[in-house]
Amino acid sequence: MDLLRFITAGSVDDGKSTLIGRLLYDTKNILADQMEAIERASKSRNVGEIDLALLTDGLRSEREQGITIDVAYKYFQTPKRKFISIDAPGHIQYTRNMVTGASNADLAIILVDARHGVVEQTRRHSLIASMLGIPHVIVAINKMDLVGNSEDAFLEIAKSYQELASKLLIKDLTIIPVSALNGDNIVDRSVNMPWYTGETLLSVLENVNVLKDQNLEDSRFSVQYVIRPQTEELHDYRGYAGRVQSGTFKKGDLIKVLPSEQESKIAKIEFGGNEIEEASVLESVTILLEDDIDISRGDMIVSLNNSPIVSQDIEALVCWMDDKKQLKPGNKYVLQHGTARSRCSIRDIEYQIDINSYEKLDEVESLKLNDVARIVLRTAQPIAYDAYQRNRSNGAAILIDETSNVTVGACMIE
Amino acid sequence: MSISVKEVSEISDQDAGRRTPDYLDQLEAEAIYIMREVAGQFERPALLFSGGKDSITLVRLAQKAFAPGKIPFPLVHVDTGHNFIEAINYRDELAQLTGAKLIVRYVEDTIKAKGLKEQTGKNASRNWLQTFTLLDTIEEFEFDACIGGARRDEEKARAKERIFSFRDEFGQWDPKRQRPELWNLFNGRIHKGENVRVFPISNWTELDVWAYLKREKIALPSIYFAHERELILRDGHLLANTPVIEKDENDQIVTRQVRFRTVGDMTCTAAVESSAATLDEVIAEITVSRISERGETRIDDQQTEAAMEDRKKGGYF
Repeated sequence: MDLLRFITAGSVDDGKSTLIGRLLYDTKNILADQMEAIERASKSRNVGEIDLALLTDGLRSEREQGITIDVAYKYFQTPKRKFISIDAPGHIQYTRNMVTGASNADLAIILVDARHGVVEQTRRHSLIASMLGIPHVIVAINKMDLVGNSEDAFLEIAKSYQELASKLLIKDLTIIPVSALNGDNIVDRSVNMPWYTGETLLSVLENVNVLKDQNLEDSRFSVQYVIRPQTEELHDYRGYAGRVQSGTFKKGDLIKVLPSEQESKIAKIEFGGNEIEEASVLESVTILLEDDIDISRGDMIVSLNNSPIVSQDIEALVCWMDDKKQLKPGNKYVLQHGTARSRCSIRDIEYQIDINSYEKLDEVESLKLNDVARIVLRTAQPIAYDAYQRNRSNGAAILIDETSNVTVGACMIE
Repeated sequence: MSISVKEVSEISDQDAGRRTPDYLDQLEAEAIYIMREVAGQFERPALLFSGGKDSITLVRLAQKAFAPGKIPFPLVHVDTGHNFIEAINYRDELAQLTGAKLIVRYVEDTIKAKGLKEQTGKNASRNWLQTFTLLDTIEEFEFDACIGGARRDEEKARAKERIFSFRDEFGQWDPKRQRPELWNLFNGRIHKGENVRVFPISNWTELDVWAYLKREKIALPSIYFAHERELILRDGHLLANTPVIEKDENDQIVTRQVRFRTVGDMTCTAAVESSAATLDEVIAEITVSRISERGETRIDDQQTEAAMEDRKKGGYF
């Protein structure tokens, strides 16, 4: 059994929390005491029926306002798969939270209200999913019961969504008519929409192939920590601890260390102190090299004949996340990429992207909270990166404010 | 249980042959990655150890992360004086076997030193007071990162918390000003006096922890398994019959076969009736249980809808 992380995008009005609640409820993942707590809360608020949305709102202010502010995680499982559901708010003022949630997702569910069709918010959420490189997108056209479960209404929205998707990078798209409130096509097939013969939402979640999404070609390993026990029996032991970001590493592989360009050969790979033959993407292992070379945290081990770009000049899409200070050319930040950190300076804002209309805006002088733009920056030390859309884990970086230490930008290197 | 504590400190050779991708492997790899980020980013990290199954899991993950080296940070226990003796014994033995440094600080000492007022009455608990001891300990050793075993599935405030959870110089968590946490790029940059609480098993569920303990053949304190015990029956909860809990005429003393599903303070951890004597039996019971872990056994969470959120804002784990 494997793990799937998915994000749901939409606002409370689209029935997003209800959809998650419905998934949990229909897969029997809500426990008796949690159910009682929701029933109590539903009664105290006079919402009539049990409000499944109350399952996901965790903070006091969220419950008071009836909205999701921050990213919330829910865990459930079916006999086929374990799921981590990432619930992020849908309003434009919370774009940074959606970007945060989307950064780790294998799949996005984008909710569309059947009464309103493709709206500004749909465009925004789809752009974020595409920009963050989420490989699978499900568009759930919700509240079908409110449009008479009409096939024509569904087809019309599906068509306009496909037009929208053609402007974006969405590798795998599924469009499903649902009613989260009534449970149609969520876990159980709808009896109200017999014309729909495709998969239910859960069926897609259970069967989508995420192994294929991994980059197995470009072997990249960011060194996190150097293990040197310095005991008598392990006197000369020097192991490089890290997680395989992409590709695979095997004993005997010829490698190169970046940015220093030193070459060596893998002497041994260990997991938990035991030798293993090879390490593949996402595995946390320890690599030992044949040569005694100087490697420390922040360095990257890559295969000798497949190198990332090593450069101080980087162009990236950035989503700006600071509500206090704006990003301006000339500003300096700390760039964190893998385990490497380097000071950097913003050289230029090439253009901003209107995340609702997808229009490019030129001559932008600064970026404020939630703005998305293509920027040029220069780092103090060379960074070994791949393009984000080719290799998510080695094309992602964050910007950190040097004085507040807050994470202020999400970068997707181009 | 036939498994000895010793096995906790030895990592089995089975790992060598195991390479099929599985959710436990994925969760383990993520947790090890987080442990190593802590060691790589901070100067004085610590692992907060309670003797409970979640922190026992953390110790195993830390061992794997740094093998064949020792765990490069101390285990820190804030002892309320109300712990189960089985958990304390286990803690001492584990520290010895792993070779990790153990630091224990006592809530009792904080109460004396600060002249703090303890809660009194029958539901008195030191749960809130341990925050003071924790913050003092962080200050005393200048810890800049504290690793804890909290999981997001436990409680709704925890479901919103970051893996690297920033705390200001007063130890406070501000849920509205959390740092965005993107990809697996954890930002542990802080100013002196501030610290970060790190939760490597954030994405694990209770069942994942049990399944992992089983797979890794990790022994647990005996109170996690069915045993006969004298208990206080109070408002439907079964509490250990101990002098640290004040009793009155409404409390009934009963003898039952029970196990503990979570191990916290005796004053606020309830037992569940059970005949599960092995890990397999415990897992089978939890799989069919219709009540959540904290709902069933944590009396401290049931006081208000936002009990945990309030405690965390005050510096609690």
